[in-house]
Amino acid sequence: MAAYFLHLAILAGIYIILTISLNLIIGYAGQVSLGHAAFYGIGAYTSALVSVYWHFPFPLALTAAVLTTAVCGLALGLPTLRLREDYLAIVTLGFGVIVDMVALNLEITGGPDGIVGIPAPIILGLSFRSQPRYLGLVVLCVLSVLGLTYRLVQSYHGRALRAIRDHEVTAQVMGINTPAYKIAVFTLAAALAGLAGVLYAHYISFINPESFGLHTSILALCMVVLGGMGSLAGSIVGALILSVLPELLRRFHAYQDLLYGALLVGLLIWRPEGIMGRGNMSLKFLQKE
Amino acid sequence: MLLQVVSLRKYFGGVKALDDISFAVQSGEILGLIGPNGAGKTTCFNVINGLLPPTSGSIYLEGLPIDGLTPYHRARRGLARTFQNIQLFSGMTVLENVLTGNHLSEPAGVLLAILPLPKIKRAEAQARQQAMEWLSLVGLQGRAEHPADSLAYGEQRRLEIARALAQKPKLLLLDEPAAGLNPRETEDLMILLAKLRQLGLTLLVIEHDMCLVMGLCQRIIVLDQGQVIASGPPADIQRHPRVIEAYLGREDLEVE
Repeated sequence: MAAYFLHLAILAGIYIILTISLNLIIGYAGQVSLGHAAFYGIGAYTSALVSVYWHFPFPLALTAAVLTTAVCGLALGLPTLRLREDYLAIVTLGFGVIVDMVALNLEITGGPDGIVGIPAPIILGLSFRSQPRYLGLVVLCVLSVLGLTYRLVQSYHGRALRAIRDHEVTAQVMGINTPAYKIAVFTLAAALAGLAGVLYAHYISFINPESFGLHTSILALCMVVLGGMGSLAGSIVGALILSVLPELLRRFHAYQDLLYGALLVGLLIWRPEGIMGRGNMSLKFLQKE
Repeated sequence: MLLQVVSLRKYFGGVKALDDISFAVQSGEILGLIGPNGAGKTTCFNVINGLLPPTSGSIYLEGLPIDGLTPYHRARRGLARTFQNIQLFSGMTVLENVLTGNHLSEPAGVLLAILPLPKIKRAEAQARQQAMEWLSLVGLQGRAEHPADSLAYGEQRRLEIARALAQKPKLLLLDEPAAGLNPRETEDLMILLAKLRQLGLTLLVIEHDMCLVMGLCQRIIVLDQGQVIASGPPADIQRHPRVIEAYLGREDLEVE
């Protein structure tokens, strides 16, 4: 039973990182991404491949994977971020499908069988094979990502991003280099999603395209929206709820999608800004008006 | 010469929104830009700050051409503006809106800004203090922590001006600052604009409220159908036959 809870906590931690990264794009910069799982997958596959075939030590594999996803984010962002929201949605959706197809059809990625035998991380001689240790590693990563993104959104860069979200043209007129900001945030978000992917791959030790398809992109999007766009605390809450809820509702597995749907529809009716709203890390929503 | 506009043309298909416009703004002056609806005033603003590419013509800021520069590069060179339909960052507080105007003055590099360094904290505190000063200039210091979209219309207008002032622009373009304001709010606005004049700011103002324009501007340019039909001090403009014609119609079209 304890193992099961640890398992849930590790997965929830990984989802928190994924959700925060997507929230940077959606909630802060106001851009759309429907293919975020692609970056998650690229991170997982890169790390898995270099670990299994080239026997990269974990820190090096992690660095390689995060850099690769950052480059992919940059490569996708450069030509597409000039597009308006609806077009960007289609492009990112397409990107997600393409990455899924590539992973499914390449020989090196193992096609539908995926990659097996991804080693548990060893950092400075310390193995993270056991669940409690892995949870420690994940928590450390979550805290680092949270610290980094918190500082970022609280800085003037965060203000610039929110300015772009609220009024892109006005942001430009105020001297904010909007294309550079959008590309930078897209690249950073991709890198963080890649980190989540690395943590997933080395935990489960087996990956195949199924874990990184459209449904994962949509799930991450739901986590962002449920918790609150533009709220880091919201990303934590959203990721926790949607990674724990399916386990609690396992008995009603057949009705799971129905419950998700009802949950989201209810949310959009009663609290469209998400559970935590836009209040960053604040508990103001608990106070009475 | 702070701003120089040289034979600017902007055609939208067959419509000549701006048809060979030339004028200049002197440093420290308040120049009015008036004309009937559809005369090309806002198009002129949009071309000056780079939101629209001109069909032909050149714009110089402090003697250097700014043609082809993006709006954010032009902002860096000292241009700021407000919009006819107020465009605040609605997801931010009043104070944050003004702080956004400080973007160009932020000292830290990309990575430095996210580190908890004393230098960064000091810069942020200083920016906040300065933003509060702009807010008290426009009379909104008491609303700093309110959401920007909770302000009344007239207050939103003044917030937009405070945000533009925070950019410390060399030239501020105001697009119909009195539009939609009630007489009381217009009066407050006139007091504010008079303060800006005392501060020595250079303003280019589009406005329909003639009382405000005549009282505020040292010089006025009149646009009609994309062309400059008159320019000069307010007293001359009021008597100018072509201006009267543009606004009131021609004298010889008498009603029988």
